[in-house]
Amino acid sequence: MADNIPKTPKLDELEKGRWPSFVKEIKMAAQKSPMAVDLLGQLEQSYDEKIGYWKHGGIVGVMGYGGGVIGRYSNLPEKYPNISHFHTMRINQPAGWFYKTEALRKVCDIWEKHGSGLTNMHGSTGDIILLGTKTDELEPTFAELQKIDFDIGGSGSDLRTPSCCCGMARCEWACYDTMALTHDLTMHYQDELHRPAFPYKFKFKMSGCPNDCVASIARADMSVIGTWRDDIQVDPDAVREYADKGMNIESDVVDNCPAKCMSWDGKELHIDNSFCVRCMHCINVMPKALRPGKDRGATVLIGSKAPIIEGALLSSVFLPFVKVEPPYTEIKDLVDKIWDVWSEEGKNRERVGEFIQRVGLGNFLDAIELDPVPEMVAHPRENPYVFYEEYFEEDEGEEEEES
Amino acid sequence: MAKTVDEIAEAMFGMVKDAQGLKKLKPMDLTKAMVELYGGEGVDKKFCKLAIKQLIDSGRCVYTYFGGSYIELPHSEGAAN
Repeated sequence: MADNIPKTPKLDELEKGRWPSFVKEIKMAAQKSPMAVDLLGQLEQSYDEKIGYWKHGGIVGVMGYGGGVIGRYSNLPEKYPNISHFHTMRINQPAGWFYKTEALRKVCDIWEKHGSGLTNMHGSTGDIILLGTKTDELEPTFAELQKIDFDIGGSGSDLRTPSCCCGMARCEWACYDTMALTHDLTMHYQDELHRPAFPYKFKFKMSGCPNDCVASIARADMSVIGTWRDDIQVDPDAVREYADKGMNIESDVVDNCPAKCMSWDGKELHIDNSFCVRCMHCINVMPKALRPGKDRGATVLIGSKAPIIEGALLSSVFLPFVKVEPPYTEIKDLVDKIWDVWSEEGKNRERVGEFIQRVGLGNFLDAIELDPVPEMVAHPRENPYVFYEEYFEEDEGEEEEES
Repeated sequence: MAKTVDEIAEAMFGMVKDAQGLKKLKPMDLTKAMVELYGGEGVDKKFCKLAIKQLIDSGRCVYTYFGGSYIELPHSEGAAN
């Protein structure tokens, strides 16, 4: 097999440097995978000619499912017959991306048998990405994956595979069990995950604290970000210890507080928690001295997305604080109402954030029967979202009287 | 008389068949049409969800993806040629 590996001077440039190289990995796979050999050839040709030679498919999948398989075909099938089909499979990752090596070995064995052997751990969606197989191998791969308790993830206009940070498994800041919620939502919404019924994609991402390590505020249609509603826990002795060891608490902590809710008199740190915006900055700087409060839960935000049809959006607050405890009824009820309205009224390829922008948050809140709260105001004086009908009625009445 | 899931799946199949090659239908298009036609006979969104499930699981229709997800009759992939 090694003799067949094409010369790839342009790709070879991507092997230089001390960082991992996907070219190096493809070359390793090419020692035993004909698909990887042809992939190198086509990729080098693409770099040479500055032309992409992939075609998108739209039909391939496994029986009963509408997502999880992304069809890819080579535009040069005669020259590179081994990658004439090169479909991607998205596999639902375990919450928090925890595996036994035994499980990973089994996934890799299945993929070497039925596909190119190339994987992407993990894709930007969070799934395990299995790169490159033929249409005839999709069902056998799926059947074998099911035997080892793996399932296909989401793609298309469906619920994308929910993902989360490692949460309470490894992180002391986790304000709720992100992995438990992710697993529960994944199991509860199997139908929505596998049977596309939405106007466009919908993503849940769960972060255990405001550090938001999975960047859910920028990447998820619904972000569930851990927070607390009581006071930051302070260990005054530990704060003084930081100061004694040379930390400039005034400039490194107090001056960097976005809410300006703290002060330092050289001996004691005072926090006005009523103004704290839970940004975590002070806690991150002095982790031994400060901790999130004890009354923990999450803020639910809605609407972020990367730019595709419209520009990028960040999530904005929907539920300022919710206790995140099984069976998660409050979150699920909200999700069901949002999906109901968006599915019925959303335009094709319109994300929920774009939908809210189009109809207005006031109308959307009316439709899902959620009361507006001040935390929903994204920017003072420029938020177009919340209107109070009684004011309209008064104004209209005054205008009529004047005329 | 109340409709059965089979009957609604059959009606949806007819819609998909008639639209093939002319218009791509999304699951919600089928649902809205069925609720409009048979809403008075107890057909709601949940009922339509069952009918779509039956339609897909039987293999008579498939999900496709062309920018968004649609329900169509099974056909060969153009990009595969």
